[in-house]
Amino acid sequence: MSTTRRSPLLNVWLLLGYTFLYTPIIILIIFSFNESKLVTVWAGFSTKWYGELFQDKQMLSAAWLSLRLALMSATGAVVLGVFAGFVMARFGRFRGHNIFAGMITAPLVMPEVITGLSLLLLFVSMEKIIGWPANRGMTTLWIAHVTFCSAFVAVVIVSRLKEMDISIEEAAMDLGAPPFKVFTAITIPIIAPAIASGWLLAFTLSLDDLVISSFVAGPGATTLPMKVFSSVRLGVSPKINALAAIVVLAVSLCAAVSGFLMFRVDRRRKLEIQAAQRDTD
Amino acid sequence: MVIKRFLPSGRMTVIGIPFLWLLLFLVLPFAIVFKISFAEMAVAIPPFTELFVFAEEKLSAILNLGNYLFLIEDRLYIVAYLSSLKTAAVATGLALLIGYPIAYGVARANPGIRNLLLLGIVLPSWTSFLLRIYAWIGILKANGLINHLLMKLHLIDTPLHMLHTNFAVYIGIVYAYLPFMILPLYTNLVKLDESYLEAAADLGAKPWKTFLFVTLPLSKGGIIAGSMLVFIPAVGEFVIPALLGGPDTLMIGKILWEEFFNNRDWPVASAVAVIMLLLLIIPMMWFHKHQTQELEEI
Repeated sequence: MSTTRRSPLLNVWLLLGYTFLYTPIIILIIFSFNESKLVTVWAGFSTKWYGELFQDKQMLSAAWLSLRLALMSATGAVVLGVFAGFVMARFGRFRGHNIFAGMITAPLVMPEVITGLSLLLLFVSMEKIIGWPANRGMTTLWIAHVTFCSAFVAVVIVSRLKEMDISIEEAAMDLGAPPFKVFTAITIPIIAPAIASGWLLAFTLSLDDLVISSFVAGPGATTLPMKVFSSVRLGVSPKINALAAIVVLAVSLCAAVSGFLMFRVDRRRKLEIQAAQRDTD
Repeated sequence: MVIKRFLPSGRMTVIGIPFLWLLLFLVLPFAIVFKISFAEMAVAIPPFTELFVFAEEKLSAILNLGNYLFLIEDRLYIVAYLSSLKTAAVATGLALLIGYPIAYGVARANPGIRNLLLLGIVLPSWTSFLLRIYAWIGILKANGLINHLLMKLHLIDTPLHMLHTNFAVYIGIVYAYLPFMILPLYTNLVKLDESYLEAAADLGAKPWKTFLFVTLPLSKGGIIAGSMLVFIPAVGEFVIPALLGGPDTLMIGKILWEEFFNNRDWPVASAVAVIMLLLLIIPMMWFHKHQTQELEEI
């Protein structure tokens, strides 16, 4: 094993790091069960804030809108991101390669206020010139979310494609399979776990976005983060804690399920590759 | 067969779809922001004047430099730009100091638990950013958790003023962006060939010397990628200064938001965005260079 000694200080630091990351989240969850409206003084166990959360019609309709938006945005972002990632990883240096690569990395770091403002101004200008989109709402939100999420998907796809053994694709090509067939029959199944995690990443990014959505949503559309932000600005409310607890539960469940599925897919693939190698030996 | 020459080939289509989408929804919008930064605010829908006017057979362009002059003359904006850069830089430094040992510890951990530890780093960033910042309000405020605890222990008599200060903004940025610092550092450190460290140790180097002269230089790519992933978005951060910052917290992302939503001055908001983009263009290109290098190395 490792010959370099591992300092116990490092383990202490790791422990502190994880404590820093998780304490605020755990406190949120604990106080979502607090009887009192005060978020800091424990006054007994109660689930009444969950009841109030599910009575809040505005909050529920915002959550429903955000969920639908995230489902559609993640799907759109995966389609665009897989295309973009495939181009980045497999097409070598074509004309405009640098611009293309720049357009993939820029959204990863671009301050959201800039992205939001620029997309809104685009939609307003388009409406003036071609009359579309006549109303800002679901469509403009979807376009904005697909655009910034697809960059994250593309990065996930590129790193998976670079890891992948290109000789499998080349073998299929040598055996006479047309490129599109190779892509659908070989590439897609192999990078399926990356596509799944890209989809999940895009889903959480879309569900979470406040700033870009605030710019491009019309007066009619309120996403969940927009609703949460406006109520948080008025003060701390245990109802928001209850919402946070539900989000944390959902994310942990998702992570556990997807982790387990990926582990299984990975193991099965390894077994298949081993079997194939035995056959050829 | 003549038509076929004008139809795009398969390769062209595959490149073309994402290319056109990104040109239309990423590059063109920036051009429009640039254009509108030269417009004037007007009581109209949309609330700004036209740049190009065609009248009496003459096409005239009216470029209003007023927005930029306004940004230079009003000290508020310059101070806000500088303090955003400073806040982002300090927070990035803190995140690097906290994050590097964590990334190192995870990368050097037993392979069996490494993925679990890594998941532990990423998991918080999958839960809502907004809710995680909100959590700090309850912790930092005057009758919040920290003050409550310190008063119970009789360490302080009057609550410390922590919420709505720059201190709270630093905590918020470090907390929210720490996973983005750790991930690229981890990816880099986990690839580090341990035989280098062994060689250094065999040749008699002390552990700290090995770290300083071997590990640290080899992880330069991860340090740059992680730092830029924190620094660039932090400069334009809005949610953290809006929720945790105070009236004296000047962050340019918050000012842009207020120009747009409160003052409804779209041209000034655009000018603010253009200058911010100019300030960030060099860090962004730096990040891009390292990002492509990292991806090509695999």
